[in-house]
Amino acid sequence: MAFTNEQLERYSRHIILQEVGAKGQKKLLNAKVLIIGAGGLGAPVAMYLAAAGVGTIGIVDADEVDLSNLQRQIIHATKDVGKPKVTSAKETMNEMNPDVTVNTYHTFVTSENILDLVKEYDFVIDGTDNFPAKFLINDACVMAKKPFSHAGIIRFKGQLMTYVPGEGPCYRCVFQSPPPKDAVPTCKQAGVIGAMGGVIGSLQALEALKYILGVGELLVGKLLTYDALKMEFRTVKLPNHGKGCAVCSDAPTITELIDYELTECDGK
Amino acid sequence: MNITVAGKKTEVEEGISIAKLIEVVKVENPLYVTVSINEEFVDSKAFEETVLKENDFVEFLYFMGGGSF
Repeated sequence: MAFTNEQLERYSRHIILQEVGAKGQKKLLNAKVLIIGAGGLGAPVAMYLAAAGVGTIGIVDADEVDLSNLQRQIIHATKDVGKPKVTSAKETMNEMNPDVTVNTYHTFVTSENILDLVKEYDFVIDGTDNFPAKFLINDACVMAKKPFSHAGIIRFKGQLMTYVPGEGPCYRCVFQSPPPKDAVPTCKQAGVIGAMGGVIGSLQALEALKYILGVGELLVGKLLTYDALKMEFRTVKLPNHGKGCAVCSDAPTITELIDYELTECDGK
Repeated sequence: MNITVAGKKTEVEEGISIAKLIEVVKVENPLYVTVSINEEFVDSKAFEETVLKENDFVEFLYFMGGGSF
């Protein structure tokens, strides 16, 4: 596949990078990334991956755009209120970069559909805000041997880690099971500063791009935490993977996907 | 004795347990925190009996939702 003149110009700032070059840009154009959640985290991830020319991007989200989303979910605009988030996201991404094929899935991820979704993609982004979904994504990616970026944001804080099969701990190695209902606040209950999704989502986009390009060091075996009030980034080294983990160890006790109860406070 | 908690040098009483440290440093959500000492996870059931030593590195890892919705 040769680049068109328009592509050479569009991606010129990538192609000039030693770590990307024409070869790397082709890798991006041939890559497939699945973004689960088109909200605070998914919005910047989708926009940066689309702009970067990631050739196929899937977006999963069951929700419609709400006015209260627009304080942070920059892929959606005022005119999109009421539209499925996946539709609004696709429109923005196609306007940014017609090179990108956007597949939309207007649904929640469940134990029934997630394996079929992730198997079509090279890298998965967890941009969800509830723990049942986060554990489901982790377990599905471990079982399907797919790398993924986990992230969470709340108030003025955010954190992320990357899982690569066989190379480091999974989300369940760190957090064994979802906390009970209402034990840990959600963004709706606790609030979140809008730009936090931009910071952490952009870092997730970078992890996906680095994985596809095969450059640099990923956040494997590390949890990056960010405190915006203190303006502090910290990288916490995580223990080795697999040791007694219920899903990613050599003798897993979880061998089937679990639909944990989605509590009402998680719902929106 | 001196230990390092979340990257910061901290002076604590000799032989302090993880459970006590969680109180002393006012961990936000003590029931749902993951703890590592010197890059090894500590089982949450063992917080009471796990005692820290001089120069230990302790990290608290928190659940964080957020993102969509």
